[in-house]
This record gives sequence, structure tokens and C-alpha cells, in this order.
Amino acid sequence: MAVPVDNLTKPTPPSSTLRFAFGNVIAFFILLLIGVLAFSIRLFSVIKYESVIHEFDPYFNYRVTQFLTKNGIYDFWNWFDDRTWYPLGRVIGGTVYPGLTLTAGTIWEVLQSLNIPLSVETVCVFTAPVFSAFAAWATYLLTKEVKGTGAGLTAAVLLAMVPSYISRSVAGSYDNEAVAIFALIFTFYLYIKTLNTGSLFYATLNSIAYFYMVCSWGGYTFIINLIPMHVLLCIVTGRYSSRLYIAYAPLVVLGTLLAALVPVVGFNAVMTSEHFASFLVFIVIHVVALAYYIKGILSPKMFKVAATLVVSVGLVVCCAVVAILLAVVASSPTKGWSGRSLSLLDPTYASKYIPIIASVSEHQPPTWPSYFMDLNVLAFLVPAGIIACFAPLSDASSFVILYLVMSVYFSGVMVRLMLVLAPAACIMSGIALSEAFDVFTRSIKFYISNLSEFLQTDAGDTLPGNNVSPQNEVLKNEKKEDTLKERPSRKNKKKEKENIEKPSVKSKTEKRPLVLPVEASFFALFLTVLLGGFYVVHSVWAAAEAYSAPSIVLTSHSHDGLHVFDDFREAYAWLSHNTEVDDKVASWWDYGYQTTAMANRTVIVDNNTWNNTHIATVGTAMSSPEKAAWEIFNSLDVKYVLVVFGGLVGYPSDDINKFLWMVRIGGGVFPHIKEPDYLRDGQYRIDSQATPTMLNSLMYKLSYFRFVETDGGKGYDRVRRTEIGKKYFKLTHFEEVFTTHHWMVRIYKLKPQKNRIRGKTKKSKSKTSSTTPRSGTVKKNPWH
Amino acid sequence: MSSFRFDLLLILVFAIHFAPGLSDLVISKLDRRIDLTSQIVRMTLTLKVENTGTDPVSEVSLTFPEHQANNLALLVAVSTKGKGKSRGSATNLPIKIKQPNDSPPSLIWYAASLPKELGKGESLNMDVLVVFTHMLRPFPEKITQAESQLFLFQESAHFTSPYNVKVQSLTVKLPSENVESYTKLENTKFSGSEIKYGPYENLPALSYSPVIIHFPSNTPFAVAKELVREIEISHWGNVQVTEHYNLIHGGAQSTGEFSRLDFQARPHLRGASAFRNLIAMLPPRAHSIYYRDAIGNISTSNIYGDSSKTLLEIEPRYPMFGGWKTSFTIGYGLPLQDYLFQLGGTRFLNITFGSPMNDVLVENLTLKVVLPEGSRDISVSVPFPVKQSQETKFSHLDIAGRPTVVVEKINVVPEHNQYFQVHYKFSNLSLLTEPLMLICGFFSLFVACIIYMHADFTISKSSSSYLAKLQWDEVQGTIQQLQDIINRCLLIHDKLEASLRELSRNGDVQACKAVRKSADGLLKDFSKESKPLLAILQSSPQAAHILPKVEELMFNRHRWKQRGPLLFGHRNLLE
Repeated sequence: MAVPVDNLTKPTPPSSTLRFAFGNVIAFFILLLIGVLAFSIRLFSVIKYESVIHEFDPYFNYRVTQFLTKNGIYDFWNWFDDRTWYPLGRVIGGTVYPGLTLTAGTIWEVLQSLNIPLSVETVCVFTAPVFSAFAAWATYLLTKEVKGTGAGLTAAVLLAMVPSYISRSVAGSYDNEAVAIFALIFTFYLYIKTLNTGSLFYATLNSIAYFYMVCSWGGYTFIINLIPMHVLLCIVTGRYSSRLYIAYAPLVVLGTLLAALVPVVGFNAVMTSEHFASFLVFIVIHVVALAYYIKGILSPKMFKVAATLVVSVGLVVCCAVVAILLAVVASSPTKGWSGRSLSLLDPTYASKYIPIIASVSEHQPPTWPSYFMDLNVLAFLVPAGIIACFAPLSDASSFVILYLVMSVYFSGVMVRLMLVLAPAACIMSGIALSEAFDVFTRSIKFYISNLSEFLQTDAGDTLPGNNVSPQNEVLKNEKKEDTLKERPSRKNKKKEKENIEKPSVKSKTEKRPLVLPVEASFFALFLTVLLGGFYVVHSVWAAAEAYSAPSIVLTSHSHDGLHVFDDFREAYAWLSHNTEVDDKVASWWDYGYQTTAMANRTVIVDNNTWNNTHIATVGTAMSSPEKAAWEIFNSLDVKYVLVVFGGLVGYPSDDINKFLWMVRIGGGVFPHIKEPDYLRDGQYRIDSQATPTMLNSLMYKLSYFRFVETDGGKGYDRVRRTEIGKKYFKLTHFEEVFTTHHWMVRIYKLKPQKNRIRGKTKKSKSKTSSTTPRSGTVKKNPWH
Repeated sequence: MSSFRFDLLLILVFAIHFAPGLSDLVISKLDRRIDLTSQIVRMTLTLKVENTGTDPVSEVSLTFPEHQANNLALLVAVSTKGKGKSRGSATNLPIKIKQPNDSPPSLIWYAASLPKELGKGESLNMDVLVVFTHMLRPFPEKITQAESQLFLFQESAHFTSPYNVKVQSLTVKLPSENVESYTKLENTKFSGSEIKYGPYENLPALSYSPVIIHFPSNTPFAVAKELVREIEISHWGNVQVTEHYNLIHGGAQSTGEFSRLDFQARPHLRGASAFRNLIAMLPPRAHSIYYRDAIGNISTSNIYGDSSKTLLEIEPRYPMFGGWKTSFTIGYGLPLQDYLFQLGGTRFLNITFGSPMNDVLVENLTLKVVLPEGSRDISVSVPFPVKQSQETKFSHLDIAGRPTVVVEKINVVPEHNQYFQVHYKFSNLSLLTEPLMLICGFFSLFVACIIYMHADFTISKSSSSYLAKLQWDEVQGTIQQLQDIINRCLLIHDKLEASLRELSRNGDVQACKAVRKSADGLLKDFSKESKPLLAILQSSPQAAHILPKVEELMFNRHRWKQRGPLLFGHRNLLE
């Protein structure tokens, strides 16, 4: 915000520099506090729970970081992980975005070299909060470039506690997004900075920031599409300048070269159509630059002739290029677009064609309440911010508007991308709030200074004063406005900033500044503060309650106090201590990362869903009857099967609720698994109305084995709120080896194959065939 | 088992032929009590030794078969003078292994040297405590969840003493009143939970009579395969103890299914052999207690504390069945003044040796005492033989590292939980190194910043970019000046306005006119002043894109000044 304007004393240079320094120091401390706020608001999870890695993906990142810190960078690049996707394995070094891992690894390394003995886990847990403080600072820089320090500080405060970002960056949420959002904002800042200064230095920094973003997150394609779009917008609206060229051309060249260095991107940086837009605009900007250059050296008449010539030739060339491009794109199987990107453009794409993408809840389109949950009052402030950005429209503010519009679209496609919208919303709301505060405080200040003068005049002669006063007021108004507008602009006029500040000064002096009646402005000020208060309350609530749960530890409040459900770690600890090191554990892919990281056991599939067939195999096994499932698992060398079951305590995201996805994904590859077989009249149920296929499936059996005995013969499932369909059954090919305290994780062991005794096999065959009608047919095992 | 039997037979064979010609000691009375209530077998011997020979004797030998000696964790002998209630002060006897040349194999000799030689006809009372580990063999070795553990214990009903024993008896205490089977000899009595063999009279030296007891026991068989205790001294007031356990249930292996249902519904029937929790007796005033493992905090723990102790009840993540393993870490802080003392120039740490958990057998204990950086002249005194070494540990901001004393011992039982001392010298000044280092670090950082801000790092003074930068600075300065001028103009306007208001109040036209005149003059000066500045801007190529805006601004100001209603009003009023 503007430094308070005191009386109109003669501003001598020393005092003004002093005030500069004062304002800077205040801004610095505010920024410091914003950093502290951003960091500390994310510590709820540590305080309420513990310093632990959260959820699923962070466990993988944690494991990779452990590997990196233990074995060094070269082993990391060459790491072939044989603990997952058994028997295929996974090349970790070439398939991860290494930014997060390298960042945390570097932090750990630096701390170690300073002999500060923090564990890798601690570093990983606190990486996200640290980087959200950085992100808040980057937001400050970006918004400052767009609308000045006041807006910058406001936007930084808002970003420090925007719930959408908190949800991805609480302590322990050690995921790519945590550092990627910082990288995203910082890249944008450097782009705007380059655009405002035309400095090649910042352009180079911009490419490096872009490189860091590419290292960190697949969302870098957002940058490499948004910036070209903005460049195009500038060119189309006649805002081409050499600064624009410097901001864009080095980014494409250097950025693409650097991006290709990242193994997971590699030649994708020039071969997939996500990047084509940038090259196209690269060509366009050169054409435009050439045109401007020629325009400069030719006389207007000559230029006209040349333009006609070039446009006609250029059109032909363009058509040819476009045709070639289309041909190249069309020749690639997915039209050059990866599945996730396609689902961005066509929201229904994933659910239609890729059940594995659709099965993840964060890939679903968001609902309206989630906007309110994640953005809260920002959702209402954003339009005001857009308006403020249009007055006046500069290169920077047009970029912010474009960023907002694009991110709103993408957030509407996939709930996960709400995260990209959050910074844009914060910047816009920061601008809006800052402008609003400006107007209100200005009105109040105007009123106060007026009032004091009225008091003076009233003390003397009232009658003539009345005559003049309305005129006076208008005069005052204008003069005050002038001074008020001059001050902040002078304050900001530090270095290389005239170009953005000047237009605002100009427009303000031309326009009659807005002054509201004092009551209204007091009231509005009060409401705005209240609005901010609501936002703070909501954010703190979101940070404390909604987003701080690590999801591996669950708690519930009952009348007799807090109850902790630590079943997942119980099971993983049991696996890690009481099974052989090389045993293979089969579970649905959700638990793959956790099993490898916490139990250190080989898994068949994990959350990196790169091989659909493999996942479908596990899905098929889970949906098959016991014997067929045993054969599949046995052929995969599986020794233990892990299922998550919430029926006893009412944990809703268990395997029975995910079961239809297993059927769908399994059926997508192995057609003998048919979804209708598991549904009764299109309804998914596990009670007595359930289909026999459902009741005989391995998942049903493993989940409900001996469950009926827990409540005296009823078998009441608290998640599905019904009694289970098949109550008493025995397992013939599996045995229960471990069940956690609340039955949330159940681990079964595959029974060893029986010795072939002639008489006995016959007998057992006849016995099993009665319970599992489809056993005995050979083709049930898709793995063969 | 069979070779073990064979050894015993061998001893028997030898016992017949071997005539101990060592000394003429006779044990006139020997009582043995063996406690089988936990996994650690404790044997207490109360014996009375008499010297019947002529030569004075300075040592008493105690012998144990090899299989026992291998598992012997502790052997303490105490001699007491006097008799019965009026026993004198007890003295600890130093004990060492002393194998005579003509000893039968599979027999290990321990010699306890007496404080005073035992003359002819004199007698001496001795109390001996022997602690064995791994003496109970589960039989059957594998059980299911529903079965309870059964153990075999083998002993000799007669103490294999190298001396003749006049009267001796053996009492074996079992954990419960149930017993599967036991060897019945003459004079065997089973009552309550105790089996009593004897008394047997006038047994020759090294007599042997095997006894096997097969009994159920469901006490926790918690065995720490590995325990690393780290005690870190901070002279800022804290002793931090961190203990890493690698625990296994050392009883009968659990086999087959584990059914949580059975375990929850009938824990005493189906899961009797498992143990759920362990209790650690931490010292009083222990604080910042934590209990975790590699994957995070373990939420199942409880603390009960009073002024004399702190009880920490910990539950492993899952119930421990036979053969199941787990690992975890507990840590706590202790106030420094309770454990660190000063003696002359040296300081010494006085703290307990073993694990604070009762009934946990530690197979390999590694104890690390991390002393503050700069400690020297380090010595350790432990009341029993241990393996010692030293290493260096690097911790918070260390440069030279902290000297660390490493003490290793195998088969540590709760009886080993005695105080030991680490002596070292430490100067209080070294306490300040790290804060000073931090201060220096930050100071130099700020100095570096200041130098960077004030230094000119331009490589070439004639490069175009440098010149452009200089020009740019100039432009900035000019604009700053222009701004000052505008501000001063505004100030004058303000004055004019004030004079106008005065005028409207008191009608002093002259004063107002004077103000007006001076103001006009000043404004003229200002516009004169601003002209060269504008010229500078015009001349500078850097200001090209700002210039139009500045000019517009100046123009606006002029126009506004001309048409400003204030001036109109002024003029009208004046004229």
C-alpha cells in the first residue's frame, strides 16, 4: 500500500530518499512476514498429526529422494527400479520429473555439509511449505511488475494462504506441484520482467526458470502454451516491440534446448504438439520483427509494395507449412497429444477412452462448491481485478488477464488444475483489493483534510465560507488527487519502471479520480476488511481441518475423545518386518507407492500407471474367482495380496468401493471380465441382491472373509450400510496372514500349490468346481 | 539337542573318573533356586564353603557346563561373613575364567577370588547370582495362534561343583502352576508353581543328574537383536537419549494363519503367546519423549509419571507373535544437572547402562556417548567387561566433530542396568564457538551484501550497455527533479488557495495580491527550471519512450494551471 501521505511539506530529496528507504524496509518486513505466514499456515498437519509424508505420490518422491541422497546423482539417472511393476520394472531416472527430488536432495546435501543433521524425511516434509513462501514472494514480484507494490503485497498475502494451494503444499505433501507452482509464478514474473525491461539478462533467467519448471512438473506445457498465446495477443493488438521479441525468442530457443535435457521430456520438447504452438509463434514473431525492420528502412510507399509481395508469398508458404504440420501431427497415433492433455481439451475424452485416468478423483471436473472451497472470496474479487487490469491495459496486465482466462478454463476441466488457477486468482484479487483500498483510503483522507480546513474556516467567519466551499471542495479534490497520485508513482519509480508507471499517472491525471462519500467509503472499507477476514478464517480452517490430514493416519472424534486409525502403517510395518525381502505383494495400484516406500516390498502395479495391461491383469485377478485369481497371482510370483477394507469402521475409500474400476480396467483388456456381471440391474451392490459373480470375486472374498463373525452373524457393512450378501465362506487358495487393528488392511498369503496326488486332485477339483463354476478353464489367466 | 546330551554324558563319564585334587574345600550347604518366570533364567546359589584341608585357599571355583556358560550373561558372587540374620557386610568377589589343565571338556571354570584367604577349618558364606539367556527352548518349535508356548529347560539336579557337597537342594520356580512334564527323581516335590529337588546329601564332586522340565510360559519373550543407545550431552542443559530397537519375539515361532478376529474376540485363548506392549521405566523428569519408527510416529503409547520415575508404555504397531519382528526408536531428554557432575577439573556423566525396559533381553548392545565438541581426556568406567572404542560424530554445525565413546556388549540383561561413568574434560568457553560462528557467518554475509551493493562490477567502462546504464541513471535523476518541481508548484497552489480563503474571510486584497505575485514569480522560475531538464530528456535516447508522456504531463499541468478555477477565482476576486 502507499506510504501514508502526510502534510504537504516541501519534499526535499533527502527526506524523499529516506521515505523510499522506509517504504522499502516496511515492504521487506511485510514480505518476510508473508513468508512466515505461508510457511506456518502449512504446519497444521505437523502439529495436529506428525511430521510425516502424506498420501500416495509423495511417498514415491520420498523414496526417490532417499535413493538420490544415498546413491548420488548418477545412480539416480540410471536407476532401474525392480521393486515396482514386477516383473517389468521401471526406469525411474528417465520417467520422473526430477525437479522436486533434486531440490530436496540439494537442500539435504547443503544441510549435511553444514553439519546440520536433518533426516531426508524432515527435509522432504518441509520442502513444500518453504517453497510456498517462495511462491508468495514470486507472486509479489509478478504483481509488482503488473500493478505496483501495493497490489504485489496484497496478492502475496492472498497467495500465502489460498486454500487451493494449501491443499497441495501442506507440510508432508511432498509432491511436484509444491515446487512447480513457485517455478510457474517465477517464470511468469521473469517473462513480465523481460517484457517490461527488454533485458536479455532477464530473458536468460527466464529460460532457466522455465527449465526448472520443466524439471518439476508436467504442467510446464501450460507455460509454453500461455506465453506464445500472449505474444500472439500482443502482436495482434499491435503491441509488438523489441522487448516482446527479447522476452519471447530466447525463451523458445534456450527453453526448448534446456527442456530437452530433462530425460522425461527429451525429444518430446520438439515432437509433441503441446509444444507446436510455441514454434508457430516463434515463426510469427520473426516475420513480424522482419516486417517492422523493413518498415523502418523503407519508405512508406516502398513498404506497401513490399508488404503486398510478401503477404502473397507468405500465405503460400504458410499454407504449405500448416499442411506439413498437420500431416506430421496426424501421422502420430494420438494426433500428437498425450492422453492427459487430450482430456484437457475434451473433458469427456478420458472417461470415454481411458478408464485409468478417469478413475482418479482429481482428474474429474470440479463442482461449483469446490471453487468456493478452494478460492473462497477470491472468486468474487477476480472480476474486479480484471476491470482494474484494463485500466490501463499494459503488456503485463494483458498477460495476467490471459493467464486467468486460460487457467479458469483448465480448472473447469480437471479439479487438479485448480492449482494453476489459484495464483492467477490471487494476483487478480490482490490488484482488486489494492485498488479498492486505494479508493477508500483516498476518499477518507480527502474527507479528513477537508474537515480540518472546515474547522479552521468555521472558527472564523462562516457565512462567506459557505459561499466558496463547494467550489473549494472540487478544487481540493483535484489537487489532492494530484498529490496522491504523484506519491506512489514516485515511490515506485526506482529503476526501469517508468514505462509502466507513467501510463497510469497519465491516465489518472486525465481522468477525474474517483472519490466516494466518506460514509460509503468507511462502510465499504469495513466490508472489504470483513471480506478479507472471512478469507483468512476460511483459509485457516481449510489448512487446519480440510487439508491437513495425511491420509495414512486417520482420526475420528467420538464422545470418548480422539481415536486414531493407524492401520495402513501397521500393515506396511508388518510387511516390512515379517516377510522376505524379495516377496511380491499384489494390491490395487493406489497402494503401490506406499508399499514400496513404507514396506519396501516389490509390488506388481503402482500409482505411476504407465502400463495399462499390467494394471488390468491385477484388476482381472481381483475380479476373478479365487482359483483363477490364484493362478494369475501365482504366475506373477505374488506371495501376498493386500486389500483395503473399510466395512468395519466405515472408511469409505476402500477397495470394495473402487472395485468397479478394477472390473472396468480389467475388462478393458481381458474381455471375459464383463462389467454387467457385477451389477444387478445396473446397480453396484454387495448385499443379498448382488450377482454371484460379484460374490465369488476375489475382492469380495478377501474383504469379507470372516467379517460376519465380528457382529454376531449379521455382517453389517458400515460403508455400504447394508448386510453383506454372502456371509459364510472359506478360502481355499489364500490364507489370512495379517489383519490390522481396525481391519482396514488385510493381507493374505497365497497357499502353496498342493502336491499332485492322483486321487486327491480329482477330489479337490470336484470340490472347487462346485464353488467356483468357471474354474478349470485354462484361458482365465491373462498373464499367459 | 542330541550333541548336548552327549556332552552331558561325557561330563558324567568324567565325573566318575575325575578326582578333584585342587583343594580341600567342601561345600557344606548349597541351595539353588532357579527362576523360570521370564525368558531370562536366573539362578541364585547360596552356599557355605568350608576349608577342610591344611593350606589356606584364596579362590573358590564355580563350574558350569559349556552350554550354560555360553549363555551366561552375568555372574556375581558375594561373600558374607557371619551367619543367619547377623550377616556382615557383603563384598563383591572378582571373578575370572580359570580353566585348569586337567578339566574335563565342556566344563567352564570360574574362579572367585576371596577377599581374605580361607584358613584351615574356616568357612565362608557365598551368594552367587547367575543369569542365563537363551536357556529355554520352545518345544514344539512352531505353534499356531491358538496354542500356548511350551518350553524345555534342562538342568542338573546336582550342582556340578568341583567340590564335594554335603547337602544340596534345587528349587525351580515356574511361571504358572501348570507343568507339562518334569523329571521325577527321588525327593522330588511339586507344589504350587515350584518344583523342588532334594535335599541330596554327600554328593561327590562333579556329580550330575539331568532334569528336564517342560512347562508352558506366556510371558513376553522380547529379544532385542540389536539395541543402539545414543546418549548425547549438550552443555546447554540437556542429555538426549535415543534408543533404536530391533525387536523379535524370541519364543515359539508362530505358524499358519493369523486371524485378527480370533485375536480380538478371545485374546487370552487365541494369542496368548503374543505380547502387545512393553513398559520402559524412564528416569524421573524425562521430557520430550517420543516413540516412532522408520515410517513415522507410533500412536499407541502412554506415559505415566510421578516424581520417582516415568513409565512409558509402548505398544508395537502390531501384536508380537512368535518370530515376528519389529523395530522402533524411543527418545527422551533428561535434565543435565541430574546426570553430569564435576569433580575437580573433570566432569563425569553418571547414567544407567542398559535398556530401560524390563524383561527385554538385549543380544547386542551398542552404547554411544556423544560428548560435546572439544572434550578431551576421555575415560570410561563400566562395572563389567565391555568392548570399548572411540569415534567422531558430526552434528549441528560441528567443525572438529564430537568425540564419541562406543561401548559394545552382548547379552545384556536387566541386571546390567547399572550406573557407569564417562569422565572427560571440557572448557566452558568452547560452548560459545557455535553461536560465535553463526554470528560471524551472518555478519560476513551482511558485509558481503553491503560491499556488493556499493561496488561497481562493470567489466568495461566503455561498453555500450554501461553507457546506456549511465544515461538511464541520468534520465532518472532528471525525472526525479521534474517531479520535485511539480510538487513545489502544487505547494504554491496550495498557498494561493489559502490566501484566497483568507481573502474571502477578511477581504485583505493587498496581502492576497502579494501572495499571488510571489506565486506567479515562483511558478515562472519553476517552468524555467524545468526547461533544461526537459531538454536533457529530449537529448537522451534512453528517455525516448518516456518523453512524450512527461511532456504530456507537463502540458497538462500548464493547461490546468491556466484554466484552473482557483486561478479564475483569484483573478476575478482581485480584479
